[in-house]
Amino acid sequence: MTGAPQDWTRAPNVNLRQVGKPLVRTDVPGKAQGRTRFAGDHVMPNMLHAKVLRAPKASARLTRLDAAKARALEGVVCVLTAADLADRRAATDIPGQTGRKRLATDQQILVRERVRYHGEPLALIAAETLALAERAADLIEYDLEPLPGVFDPVEALKPGAPIVQGTDNVVATYKVRKGDLEAGFAEAERVVENTFRTQFVEHAFLEPEVGLAWVDENEVINIRVSTQVIEHFRAIADALGVAHNQVRILGSMVGGGFGGKEDVTVEIYLALLAQATGRPVRLAYTREDSFFGHGKRHPFVITHRTGVTQDGRITAVQITMTADAGAYVFLSPYVLLYAVVAGPGPYRIDNVHIDARAVATNNMYTSAFRGFGAAQACVAHEQQMDEIAKELGLDRLELRRRNFLRTGDEIATGYAIESAVWSDDCMTKAWAALGERAPEDGPVKIGRGVATYQQSYGRITWLHDTSEAWVGVEIDATVVVRSGVTDIGAGQVSALAQIAAELLGVSLGEVTVYNSDSATTPLAGTTTATRALYMTGNAVHLAAEALRGRLIGRAAEEFGVAPSEVDLAESRAFVIDAPDKSMALKDLVGICASEGIHRSELAMFRAPFTGEIDPETGQGRVHPDYAFGAHAVEVAVDTETGEVTVLKSVGAHDVGQAINPAAVAGQIEGGAAQGQGYALSEAMIYRDGELMTPSFSEYLIPTAMDMPRVQSIILESRSGLGPFGAKGIGEPALTPVAPAIANAVADAIGRRVFELPITPERIVMALREAEPRKGPR
Amino acid sequence: MAETKTIALTINGRDRKVAAPANATLLETLRELGYFEVKSGCEKGDCGACAVLVDGEAIDSCLALTWTVAGRAVTTVAGLSLGGAKHPLIEAFEKSGAVQCGYCTPGLIVAAQSMLKDTPEPDDDDIRLGLSGNLCRCTGYTKVFDAVRDAAAVLRGAESQA
Repeated sequence: MTGAPQDWTRAPNVNLRQVGKPLVRTDVPGKAQGRTRFAGDHVMPNMLHAKVLRAPKASARLTRLDAAKARALEGVVCVLTAADLADRRAATDIPGQTGRKRLATDQQILVRERVRYHGEPLALIAAETLALAERAADLIEYDLEPLPGVFDPVEALKPGAPIVQGTDNVVATYKVRKGDLEAGFAEAERVVENTFRTQFVEHAFLEPEVGLAWVDENEVINIRVSTQVIEHFRAIADALGVAHNQVRILGSMVGGGFGGKEDVTVEIYLALLAQATGRPVRLAYTREDSFFGHGKRHPFVITHRTGVTQDGRITAVQITMTADAGAYVFLSPYVLLYAVVAGPGPYRIDNVHIDARAVATNNMYTSAFRGFGAAQACVAHEQQMDEIAKELGLDRLELRRRNFLRTGDEIATGYAIESAVWSDDCMTKAWAALGERAPEDGPVKIGRGVATYQQSYGRITWLHDTSEAWVGVEIDATVVVRSGVTDIGAGQVSALAQIAAELLGVSLGEVTVYNSDSATTPLAGTTTATRALYMTGNAVHLAAEALRGRLIGRAAEEFGVAPSEVDLAESRAFVIDAPDKSMALKDLVGICASEGIHRSELAMFRAPFTGEIDPETGQGRVHPDYAFGAHAVEVAVDTETGEVTVLKSVGAHDVGQAINPAAVAGQIEGGAAQGQGYALSEAMIYRDGELMTPSFSEYLIPTAMDMPRVQSIILESRSGLGPFGAKGIGEPALTPVAPAIANAVADAIGRRVFELPITPERIVMALREAEPRKGPR
Repeated sequence: MAETKTIALTINGRDRKVAAPANATLLETLRELGYFEVKSGCEKGDCGACAVLVDGEAIDSCLALTWTVAGRAVTTVAGLSLGGAKHPLIEAFEKSGAVQCGYCTPGLIVAAQSMLKDTPEPDDDDIRLGLSGNLCRCTGYTKVFDAVRDAAAVLRGAESQA
């Protein structure tokens, strides 16, 4: 059972010509040569510059807001406050296209009376220059009467705690009741209980939020913006009180997203100002604006109480989770749900209780971030596995092996996994790749850690997710793909081109993808939830396959053979067993054009559709499928200074089928860095709700100095639901990294720091606790 | 409004006379002139996205006032390949897959060029140090190390042939 992957019955993807090759992504040359225009690189004549004025306190009543002096400043064209917005509100619930009723998550666009978080917008300014807009912001006068706030989710649940909004502070709850917990604990020979804590984390994409809006001759509000979700045109139109077809979102290549550009950012502000002024308006966040301007990763407190037999079989687990939702709802209910589904980890456990809640506070609101709750769940379940192994005196990898899920087993929410579960193979390979252990040197101790995971790809199945794409072939046999998908830097567009090239028998350079425009490209859904390749890749596959069928059908007539005997490659159609019978694709397309054979196809891919899970037991299907893999690291810890150096970092993931292995490795390497920051250095610190770390000199993401070369091991079960059996790698790449590092540090120093980030201070304190008589008091 | 200063400088090999407010940063001026490949990431010298070469040395253009580069040669990533062939660093960044979202890439390439001038045969630690002022959130830097080493080898080859 160890090592070797289980048999997978699906036929391998033989004879792939484009897919599976580490090609230079179509978007890369423009970016490397400095030709790519991002959303902030567009300007228009007569354009105004905008600024957002933000509240300097986390909990207050706005008793006066006077913009008269700002409005009187020459060159200031427009100042908007809540008084100018009538009763307009913004939806903050799940983005996209499903049309299902939203949760009660609407919020004020600008502060009307109550400030609920530090940085909540008070006013919008548009002026002839940015300098004037900034001066106008300084001229706006306001009085903020301090109100008691609540800054800890546990405090927020106590009777008498200040209420952030509505009637109580509970934003969402989920529970799982699977099997017989009492019986499971009765069977256990040991019970291990630990509590793990995680912090607020910032996405820190390099391109701050930015956009440019204008109203066109048809009174359509056009917004060119850096976003993961062009389908926000609906929420923006609703907020403005205009029809959905009166707002157009144009994306650009996005300078990093990671979930931080999943919610609406600057779009509504831009639309309001463009509407009010009738002029183009540009709004570019500064880095500080960006740190204030989008939701963070949820801090979680997670307790695992695990029953286990002496030989390492887990018989029961009881998990409680509390997440800080911050001041507004945004995606907190969904993040919490993902944490619950992934709660016990990639292990078969028959008896599971989970109680999870997301709680409102006057901290910054929290929302989507790569890993989306499953990452926080992984921080807990993987550290708990190491603690259990230590308790039992069992090898850490062996304990995991004895409990891994296998295909056909049920996860916590009762869904039986249908695809490959190659956790063991991934873990074994990642661990082996660490190679020889570094030598210890005086106070510097070496440690190793591993973590495995269960990460969904695709959206919640009761959201009834769909994606559309259009594929066409031009008269000269070049190929066009139209899809609304946004490209946030992972190669989303290039992967679509590679799939179309594969099926239509052309090279990658002969495919042009038009993407990310709600007016002209079929809506693909969001680039979130590790869904872009799965959903839109399938939509392109469907469209290209249909088009391929028509081309091959006509070629077969020409050759006088059956369609099954014809293939397309190198821009030619040919008979497979008689390659001399062939014709240029251009000639074939010419025939199709002259005979009126349709040379394009619009396709919709539908994910599995289900109803909601049972609210009492949490049982039911939540996601289309799951990805599995592992990350292993070796660290050096200086026990005197608490400094951690990551020496080796290896990710091994079953991605189903790598469409572009170089791009997959890039995801693994980037996830390793982001997870390393999460483990060791990154923390958005809020003191009484006020942000203490609004710059890159206070919020520390890994630099080149901090990173080892990351090794990527790509496994391909071809068992996924995506094109050619692909699963996904966007989120999985990050999820196991932080707990692997936490486990390595614990391995090195013999003590565990139960809270992220594992800073030098926390390491030194943990070591001092271990030896209370040593060191200064 | 700050007083306007007119200066002469070279940008990507072109002699230009530029009028800019005395308090304008080089980042602001370059973008105003349409050099959009110079990115704004923090405006505090923390991230390196705005790096350009001034007389061959990489600087954060957000920290330099425009008038201070009068008479000097400013090069952005788009100016590296002048004279025909694609610059080896650009070629290597493309081939190695060292580019993801691409927002930090122009700054990284420029910083790498500046580093290679003094350290033509860098090991990974030289590259780490040389690029320590350039944040990247997508790549984890692994393929960036590959790209810089590959380009260094090509540049050394070109040097020895010259």
